[in-house]
This record gives sequence, structure tokens and C-alpha cells, in this order.
Amino acid sequence: MPSFTDIQGHSAFGLATEAQPDRVTMRLLIIEDDRDAAEYLVKAFREVGHVADAAHDGEEGLAMALDGQYDVLIVDRMLPKRDGLSVIGTLRGKNIETPALILSALGQVDDRVKGLRAGGDDYLPKPYSFSELLARVEVLARRRGSRSEETVLRVGDLELDRLSHQVRRGNEEIVLQPREFRLLEYLMQHAGQVVTRTMLLENVWDYHFDPQTNVIDVHISRLRSKIDKNFSQPLLHTVRGAGYMIRDGAR
Amino acid sequence: MTALGKLFRTTTFKLTLVYLTVFALFAAFLLGYFALNTRRLITEQITDTVNAEITGLAEQYRLGGIRRLVIVVDARARRPGSSLYLVTTYQGETLAGNVTSLPPGTLDNAGWIETTYRRLDESETSERGEQRGEHHALVRVFQLPGGFRLLVGRDLEERERLHSIVLSAGRWSVVIVVVLGLAGGLFVTRRVLRRVDAMTETTRSIMAGDLGERLPIAGSGDEIDRLAENLNEMLERIEALMNGLKEVSDNIAHDLKTPLTRLRNRAEQALRTSGSESEYRSALETIIEESDGLIATFNALLMIARAESGQARDNMSEFDAAEIAQDVCELYEPLADEKGIDLKVEAGAPAPVKANRELVSQALANLVDNAIKYSEPKEGAEAPAPEIVVSARAEGERVLLTVADRGPGIPAADRGRVVERFVRLERSRSQPGSGLGLSLAAAVARLHGGELILEDNQPGLKSIIALPRGGPVQNAG
Repeated sequence: MPSFTDIQGHSAFGLATEAQPDRVTMRLLIIEDDRDAAEYLVKAFREVGHVADAAHDGEEGLAMALDGQYDVLIVDRMLPKRDGLSVIGTLRGKNIETPALILSALGQVDDRVKGLRAGGDDYLPKPYSFSELLARVEVLARRRGSRSEETVLRVGDLELDRLSHQVRRGNEEIVLQPREFRLLEYLMQHAGQVVTRTMLLENVWDYHFDPQTNVIDVHISRLRSKIDKNFSQPLLHTVRGAGYMIRDGAR
Repeated sequence: MTALGKLFRTTTFKLTLVYLTVFALFAAFLLGYFALNTRRLITEQITDTVNAEITGLAEQYRLGGIRRLVIVVDARARRPGSSLYLVTTYQGETLAGNVTSLPPGTLDNAGWIETTYRRLDESETSERGEQRGEHHALVRVFQLPGGFRLLVGRDLEERERLHSIVLSAGRWSVVIVVVLGLAGGLFVTRRVLRRVDAMTETTRSIMAGDLGERLPIAGSGDEIDRLAENLNEMLERIEALMNGLKEVSDNIAHDLKTPLTRLRNRAEQALRTSGSESEYRSALETIIEESDGLIATFNALLMIARAESGQARDNMSEFDAAEIAQDVCELYEPLADEKGIDLKVEAGAPAPVKANRELVSQALANLVDNAIKYSEPKEGAEAPAPEIVVSARAEGERVLLTVADRGPGIPAADRGRVVERFVRLERSRSQPGSGLGLSLAAAVARLHGGELILEDNQPGLKSIIALPRGGPVQNAG
């Protein structure tokens, strides 16, 4: 068994931590029957400053989710005693709307659809990278107080008007292609949070497959050249090993 | 016994038995009906004859009284093959006639009666057989004035002979029907059984692992032949699938083991030689990269397997392939631009398809990705910017999604082969990618009942995903 203690010290996740000093502590429940995997996740989340508990079967997970005040649930699909989808379904039946991310070895499109229909909020196929999981969990945790209702999004001096489709930085108007606009909109909705390439591909393009070449990077660099190029203070940052983040660096 | 038991248990034999029973019953019914009618006819004839005689005798009696009647009866009774006559007094003494040994009381009542009798002329000659001399007759008795009685009748021998003929005919025909039916049934059953046995044997050897075997076909074109032909076609398909599976596992073994080995080597090397933290770190990062590549390959494989098994068929929707072409190009345009490639879309008119949108997008994305990989301008060579044209158009009953590049192309001889899983031509081994792009596009096309066509773009490669044309698409705007 590979020991993760080696990795821990160096921490690929540490990079994400550095880039995000304003991280809010989350309470997480991990329902996963593979004890090694659960323990790995608990340690990894604690390392980046969150509080994480683990349950090893569906019943235990359901009981803990009912009792505890968790910000996000991470639920494996195939669990002993009670299936992961049923755990989520039961919670939703009791009007408990804690965001839930489903982890599954079944990564195909219709499995994902099934998971989301059962009340899951996001779906991540195994094997996943921790940075991807972390980014998605943080997005879920903040979704409740999210800015999806706001019509004007602001990061620093960058301003995006969702109604008139106008983007300004300072006094300068920035002209974006429709897709670039949606890309920026998504990034700004999650300002201060890491957004992975897969999340962008899923939410901006609605594609759930992996284009072999990293096309997203090129789109980002185009967007960056439009919003950051002539300004001293960059807003769109690359988070190494994880994805991208839009953030007001002056704060 | 077992062989015979098997014979008796066959459907054919059971059918034979049922058929035989039905046929025998039918034959018996027919014979019975025939016998009954004939018997009635004969009885009618006898009655008519007797009535005619009586009319004649009554005329004689009217003309000459009892004496004349006795004379006439006497004369008629002596004629060979005559009817039966008897004239008696009130006390029962015979005045004339050829009948004796009537059961007592026969003459008491006027009218028709069936009775036993003996002929006078044979009663003396055959003393020894009381029984043998007795015959049956249908007679009519008349009361004459003065207590005289007249009996006229006909022998029933003819009717009885017919009865026995019918009886024996019935018996024989049943025997013959049963014997012939059983023999025929056995013959047919054995023939069928032999063929079924041969099929069973072949099936067993196929189950034992010899997938190359085929069921025997007699060539008669009957239902067993048709069954065998269908089963053979099924076997053909199974064999093809099995071969495909074998090939896949070979390919998986090859193309997954290679990067796995590389991954392991890196880890080992890092353990053996690295000293500093940064060295470990970079080794681990390479390892993560390698494993991501492995995961991508694995996902592509699963996707192909899914497309080929037809599971993804549930997720079909109707959409415009032209939109997909535009979306995919929009995704790749910045990448192409960065590499100095001119990526063009020609997708104006709607090209409706009913398909799995996600899979078709992915297949097209793979083709565009490939085209970009192979179109990169060579360093130094000052050629015009290479162009890639992506188009979607409806053509007859098909919708063609075409990606045409100006890259090195694929030699005609290799075009069939590259569509297979994992095949990458030797010279492209150095390029990144899992080598599954074309295979996936082909699998997706096949899933939708279409095909992947590779053509020469003179120069370059033209890859076409041909899908069956769908119904009209409502244009949202």
C-alpha cells in the first residue's frame, strides 16, 4: 500500500492553500466504505484546514448526516447497508438540503445523470485528483450564499453585467465572445475559489468528456489577454496542479 | 431402452401418436357410418320385396281363397333362392311353405318381426348342427279369415354377411393404420432425432470451446435447416465478438502495461537515485502525470466498450449536427489558432440526427484533435498556414460530419487498420494521445448505425462520421 504520509509533507494540495489564504473552514462528512480512501480524504481535508468526519456504511453515514451540521457531504455510490443514492434521497425527503457530492467508479454520462436526479449536487468519477475534489466541494459549500442571483458581478475593478452582457475593467469596456463571456461569468461567480478545467468544461461548454488536448488552457489565456493584459494587477490566476481562480489580488 | 425411450419422448413421435389416434377414430367413424347406411338400405329392400310378394299373394287369395293361396305358396316355396313362405291353420299346422323351427308364438301377432328359422329343405340334410341350420329372417305375418296365417319373409344372411365384412374391414384397417402410422412415425422421428442429435453434439463441442464449429445443414430448407442457419449466424457473430474481445484484451495488455511499466520504472528510479526533496517531488509529479494519462486511456476504452455494446443507446435525442460542428470548432479554435492552423466550419443548413449528443460531440472532438495534432506546420518550412475544414451536411439519407486536414494523411492500405482500437501507425508513436480517437469515433458511428469513413484529402486525411439522417429539427431560433 502506498503511504500517503510521504505526500502529506509536500502536499500537492498545499499549493491550493497558498493561493487561497481566505479559505473558510468547512465541516465535511465523507461516506466511503473503503477505509483507506476515507482516511486519506479526512487527512487531506484536515491538512487544508477543513474539518472532516468519515462514515463507512450507508446507515452510519445517514445517521451522522442527520445529526451533524455539515456543510458538504461526500458520498460514495456503492456502500454497504444503504446505497449512496438512497442516503441522499432520504436526506432530501426530510428536507435536509446539505449539498452532496457523489463519488463513483461509474463515470458514464447516464450514471451521472442518475446521481444528480437522486438529489446529488455534483458528481465526480473515480479516480479523481484531490485538487479536483477540493475545488468542487468548496464551490458546493459556498453555493448557498452564492452570487448566482446577482445581476452584476464584481472582482476588483472588473465588472460583469449579466443583463446587458457588458464587461468593464476600470473605465475600459472589454469586448468578449459569447463563450468568453460565459467563461468569465462562471469564474466570477466563483471568485476566490479554485475552478478546475473539468468544472469549466462541464459548466461552460456542457461537455462531460476529456478533450485529449488541454483546450481550456488556451481559452483561459485568450480571456486573460483581454482582461489582464493592460493592467498591472492580474485578476485571473493559474493555480498549479488544480485549475484557475479569479481573485482581487489587492485584498 | 434408453434409445427407444428417447425416441418415444420426442415431439415428432408424440405428434405421430396423436395423429394416428385421430386418424383411426375417423376411419372407424367412416366405416361405421357406411355400414349403418348400407344396413338400412338392405332392410328397406327386403321390406319392399316382402310387400310386393304379399300384394301378389293377396291377389291370389282374393281370386281363389285359401286353396289357391296354398298352391301358389307351395309352388313359389320350391323355387331356388325363393323368399320364405308359410301358411298355417289356426292350430299352427303347416299347409304350405318352406319354413320350420320358428320360435313359438311367432305367428301370434300380425306385423313385422325378426326371427330365427330353418328351411325345410335343409333341415333334413344337416341334422348334426342345430345351430348351423338356424338363420335369421325378417318376416311379416298376416292373419287371414278363418284363422289361417300367412308368413312372408326374406333371409337376412346378406345383411349379416355385410356386417361381418365391415367388421373385419374395420379391424384390418385399424391394424394397418396403426402399423403403418407407427412405422412412419418411427422413421420420421428417427430422421429428425438423428439431425437433432448431430446438432446437440456440435453444440456440446462448441460449448467445450471450439467456437469454429458450425451446425450441420441438411440442405432441405426445412424448419430445422432454418434454425441451424440462424444459430450458425449467431455463432458467427459470437465468434467475431469473442475475437474482438481477445484482441481488446491483447491491446489493453499492451497499451496499458507500457505506461504502467514506465510509471513503475520512474518510481523505482526516484527511490534509488533521488536524494533531495525537489527530486522526489518532480518524480512524483511525473508519476501523477503518467497515471492521469493512464486514466484517460482507460476512460476512452470504457467509452468505446460502452458504445460498442450499445448501452449508450438509451440517451438518444434529436438535434442538429451542424450545431455540434460549430460548438466543437468553437472549443478548438483558440488551440488551432495558437498553432497557426486555420480551423474553418462549414455548417449552414440543418443536418438533423437522432443520436447521443455527448458521444457524437466527443467523437467529432477527437477527430478535430487528431487533425490539429497532425497539421502542425513543420518548423522552418514556410508553407501557407495549414487549414482544417469541419463540415456538417445532410446528404441523402445520411448526415456527414467531416473533418478534412492537410496533414500527412494515412496510406490507403492502413486506413482500415487505424480504426481498430489502439492502432497508431509507427511514425505517430511519438505524438501524444491514447491512439483511441479514431477507434472511438468509429465505435460511436457504429452505435448509431453509421460508419467512420477515411478518405484521401489530396493531400491530407478526410475523416467522415456518417450517421443516419434524423427527422426534421425544430429550429429554436
